[in-house]
Amino acid sequence: MTESTYRIQGATGEWEVVIGLEVHAQVTSNAKLFSGAATAFGAEPNAQVSLVDAAMPGMLPVPNKECIRQAVRTGMAIGAQINRWSRFDRKNYFYADLPQGYQISQLYHPLVGEGAVEISLDEKNPDAQTKTIGIERIHVEQDAGKLMHDQHPTMSYVDLNRSGVALMEIVSRPDMRSPAEAGAYLKKLRTILRYVGSCDGNMEEGSMRADVNVSVRKPGDEFGTRTETKNVNSVRYVMAAIEHEANRQVDVLESGGTIVQETRLYDPDRNETRSMRSKEDAHDYRYFPDPDLLPLELDDAFLDECKASLPELPDAKRKRYETELGLSAYNAAVLTAEAETARWFEGLLAECAKAQGKPEAEVAKAAANWLLSELYGALNRLGKTIDDSPVSQAAGAELIALVADGTISGTIAKQVFEIMLETGEPAGKIVEERGLKQTSDTGAIDAAIAKVLADNADKVEQYKGGKEALFGFFVGQTMKAMQGKGNPQLVNAQLKKALSE
Amino acid sequence: MSVDSKTVKKIASLARIAMTDAEVEAMVPEFNGILGWVEQLGEVDVTGVEPMTAVIPNSLRLREDVVTDGNIRDHVLANAPAAEHGFFGVPKVIE
Repeated sequence: MTESTYRIQGATGEWEVVIGLEVHAQVTSNAKLFSGAATAFGAEPNAQVSLVDAAMPGMLPVPNKECIRQAVRTGMAIGAQINRWSRFDRKNYFYADLPQGYQISQLYHPLVGEGAVEISLDEKNPDAQTKTIGIERIHVEQDAGKLMHDQHPTMSYVDLNRSGVALMEIVSRPDMRSPAEAGAYLKKLRTILRYVGSCDGNMEEGSMRADVNVSVRKPGDEFGTRTETKNVNSVRYVMAAIEHEANRQVDVLESGGTIVQETRLYDPDRNETRSMRSKEDAHDYRYFPDPDLLPLELDDAFLDECKASLPELPDAKRKRYETELGLSAYNAAVLTAEAETARWFEGLLAECAKAQGKPEAEVAKAAANWLLSELYGALNRLGKTIDDSPVSQAAGAELIALVADGTISGTIAKQVFEIMLETGEPAGKIVEERGLKQTSDTGAIDAAIAKVLADNADKVEQYKGGKEALFGFFVGQTMKAMQGKGNPQLVNAQLKKALSE
Repeated sequence: MSVDSKTVKKIASLARIAMTDAEVEAMVPEFNGILGWVEQLGEVDVTGVEPMTAVIPNSLRLREDVVTDGNIRDHVLANAPAAEHGFFGVPKVIE
């Protein structure tokens, strides 16, 4: 456990920041939480609205089993207590994006109880600076519709497509002490949700948004009064909003003011938070159990299936990559940060093991290095994600195998990969047709070396005079003379021999 | 527990229901009548009795995750006081 040293320097000394996050994550499902309308992003306005979602009189909600299942699986993934008995409550408030006049949520008996998320503050060394962030609860609730204010001079437009879509509200304990910890928590949570498959984590489309609770105190004091900044929709904005809000609170307190417990809005354009005064008295939500819904009771079979269908989670996978595959902590962390990357890597690994007839542990390092340097570089350049990689796992494994068995050198492999990207041809065919095979013919290597040494007699003198760093230069020149096809080990060995004569 | 006209006004305002003073005054005894009746229920000793959530043994039914509804925009918008370009139109609300 690492103690945060993040402090705000005020006129009266140092201030500590206390942060808790309420993350709203849209549950991945085909239909809404209480109706059979679709949830897909980007539909025509009000096309995915049933009479339930529009809150027509007499319509009754029926919960979607998959939404409950995904919330339970998410709870299991953070080691949380799953409540076999939970209940839905109505949170009453009036707003144009909420046709029911209340949101169906779970205040008193949430589906998921206490759990925890482990965060790491050092990407390069994920085991060095870790901290456990407590989760207080996860409950399921309905999303509201969407308002548009700039389409008409006197009216706001309402689109209810999002109305009734299932959300998980994941409430952390006030355990974070710096913007960096909040950022790491949000990223980790996103990773876990994407592994579990309970939320796509797409912050641009609003699938994940955070309400940020911030207070400040002198180190060692009791918690200060907090403010809540609503609906922040990126990791970067969450971090910026915390920094801004904490500094604002320090300024207020140091100039003799008091912090008002209130709801605020973050404005990324101005990088500031401001009060949402209009919502002040809306906090009287008059919660009560929803009489349209019986309590939600879960049986063993349901819970067993939830548990059995959980994938290997990111922390476990990362540790396995380190211990069983012998990857560096950093590589293991990068490969497991996104479920898609890990999935692709494991496919590649299986192909490599097959192509080389060796156990996965023996081919893992080369596969990881190729993926993280060559493939990642190419994908970045092409603006593609790993799932639409132009080179398949089998094709990548063939290339890696050609390097492993000495057919081509690492340098030539880079060229072959470029040609694969352009033509889509398999590595073996490219190497064969373009004559790129590595040469282990010592005669050819010696001939090239002799010419390089003759052409650079001055440098040979310097080398023999003690300037040993020039060895690399000779290697480079020899490889160049051989168009990169010399077997590097042999080139090294033959060069050493030639230079010591 | 009983309510006064101030509480009734507050509840009306939270629900965005406009009420005249006369309506509020008429509502006060009605509210108190209901609350008094509920309070009577509190006289029953229910120590150790599980809260009853339904009058017949029944459990919550769940639906399968299948799209079975929607694509009825015209129906959804039919009774809206204002609708344009497929949206509901409401008086401008802006933060």
